[in-house]
Amino acid sequence: MGYAANLAMTLPEVILGVGAVLLMMVSAWGGPGSTRAVSWTSVVVLLGAGVALLGPAGSGGAAFQGLYRADAFAAFAKVLIYLATAVSIILAPGFFERTAGDDLRPEYPVLMLLSATGMGMMVSAGDLLTLYVGLELQSLAAYVLASFVRRDLRSTEAGLKYFVLGALASGILLYGVSLVYGFSGTTMFDGIASAYAVDVDAPVRSLGLTFGLVFVFAGLAFKIAAVPFHMWTPDVYEGAPTPVTAFFASAPKVAAMGLAVRVAIEAMGPALGEWRQIVIFAALASIVLGAVGAIGQSNVKRLLAYSSINNVGFALIGLAAGTPEGVAGVMTYMAIYVAMTLGCFLVVLRMRDESGQPVETIASLSGLSRSRPGLAAAMAMFMFSLAGIPPLFGFYAKFAVFDAAVRAGLFPLAAVGIAASVIGAYYYLRVVKTMYFDDPAPEYTREGNGAVEGGLIAVAAVIVSPLGYLSIPLLAAWSMAAAQALF
Amino acid sequence: MIQAIAFYLFAAVVILSGAMTISSRNPVHSVMWLILAFFNAAGLMVLVGAEFIAMLLVIVYVGAVAVLFLFVVMMMDIDFTQLRTEVVRYAAIGLGLGGLLAVEVMIAAFAWNEGKVDLARRAAPIDATVPNIQALGQLLYSRYLFLFEAAGFVLLVAMIGAIVLTHRERPGTRAQKVARQVARRPQDATRNVKPAIGQGVEL
Repeated sequence: MGYAANLAMTLPEVILGVGAVLLMMVSAWGGPGSTRAVSWTSVVVLLGAGVALLGPAGSGGAAFQGLYRADAFAAFAKVLIYLATAVSIILAPGFFERTAGDDLRPEYPVLMLLSATGMGMMVSAGDLLTLYVGLELQSLAAYVLASFVRRDLRSTEAGLKYFVLGALASGILLYGVSLVYGFSGTTMFDGIASAYAVDVDAPVRSLGLTFGLVFVFAGLAFKIAAVPFHMWTPDVYEGAPTPVTAFFASAPKVAAMGLAVRVAIEAMGPALGEWRQIVIFAALASIVLGAVGAIGQSNVKRLLAYSSINNVGFALIGLAAGTPEGVAGVMTYMAIYVAMTLGCFLVVLRMRDESGQPVETIASLSGLSRSRPGLAAAMAMFMFSLAGIPPLFGFYAKFAVFDAAVRAGLFPLAAVGIAASVIGAYYYLRVVKTMYFDDPAPEYTREGNGAVEGGLIAVAAVIVSPLGYLSIPLLAAWSMAAAQALF
Repeated sequence: MIQAIAFYLFAAVVILSGAMTISSRNPVHSVMWLILAFFNAAGLMVLVGAEFIAMLLVIVYVGAVAVLFLFVVMMMDIDFTQLRTEVVRYAAIGLGLGGLLAVEVMIAAFAWNEGKVDLARRAAPIDATVPNIQALGQLLYSRYLFLFEAAGFVLLVAMIGAIVLTHRERPGTRAQKVARQVARRPQDATRNVKPAIGQGVEL
């Protein structure tokens, strides 16, 4: 295969990388004044990368001798990642302008683009090296974004915490990678899969391979913030600027989940019995701890952090099934989760007091239904949907993963998961109760509410509304095609 | 034989200087011990025929990382007058270390000429006809080109990140404007005055 053909398969990353470098030049000379132009241009670049998926980048197979996979699975994940990244870029200029200071800087969209490049590599990885380089590219940009508001002590703290714990997780992951490489003799996913496959002559798998698997999954669990590697999530989500938090809760989650699924199925598929235990534990622990931890929270961003831990647990139930249906369930879940969680953060961005400063307490939502009925209705829909309450689309997401788990014979897992989702419903409903039944708190300002953000809230609300069910045939077929690419 | 002697010498010095790195009271000395450890680790790498890694250790770790450490250490509050008085006291140790390094370099050269240590088990045998620097280069720029470029992006992010997090505009500072300085002509900057006697110069 020629070099050009290889590059054509990696076209989305090429577009994003070159776009980021060029926009970096623009922002270096343009200064803070060019932020809006650079932001919108980077949204166009993301769109271009998405369009490139229609070509060989979406279905070309393996590029660079198996280092990179351009298949339907990667394409599905990349569409979600680019959408979520684009929304997080669009949200930012308004937010940074209002917080005053010198925070409105064009490096924000550039770092987002570079992070998206890394995320694309993660979900397309066909080799442990691609996995690691992609992961580092994504994480490094994320560390900087977390402490983007330098004057704010909480933002700096979030960045530092994320960096230190992220470096630890990278170390754990690398240790696992080196064990897997050492005991299988290759870094390619298909080679690793044949090393994990139990031979007829030698029915016992090397212990080193199992150790490697455990460490790799521990590292990946950190990146998706699954219990017991979730400790960083509430602090980082609370401290980071809200558009960055929206980004953390959406795009990198999808990328890390896509990566975990690919490693589990493609590289370690024959070791299903081993990693299923880990995934089941992480899933149930995340669901329960995410739900219980959220109950005492008074800060809405911390609440959403626990909600994201909780939701990752549900998505992992699909992975525990280990079947094409299960993987399709995970991808469906992530698609719907991205819409729900971005919707929530869009509403959080509207929570500002009279002077335009962001308010983050749940108590400040009191009586929102009277002062801002539309906003309250949208937030209520997102909350009901995250809780998985039927007529809303979030129910279908949970249904897809539980259905796959039951089909794979994991009845106890499904039963415990459904029971634990009731605990989760409590704190989501508490927010709804605060908005609809409590005495009104001071009203939020309407000043500076952009039409684009309003439109995005409306779009997210329509997706999670019962109208979302109309997309099921398309979504199911597409996620199934994505899942089949791995088997 | 000489390889075995060289191996034990290098290994012993690595362990010794590693222990000294964490046990010496003075952070500057710690860094110095660390540099010695790096040099000896590089020697070990030469012995097993991984001369590229040996070069990396010397260039990257000794050349960059250790010097960076030294900068950091120097920024800490250390009494340097006291350090200077101690130079004489520890001159013997310093000279001894220098001598040790010199001996090591000579032994390494002899051992290198004798041929490298043969490891008992090697998963991926090294092609003897291609030097491993060349072999690495061939892989890096062909098979792993994609990842090599991606690693470049990681470094780019690190650079952008460092600037984003630390750079700020400082109004009111007197920055040097080279163009203006160069464009300045004698006739603009000086003037001829002829003060009257007893008047002095008015500026």
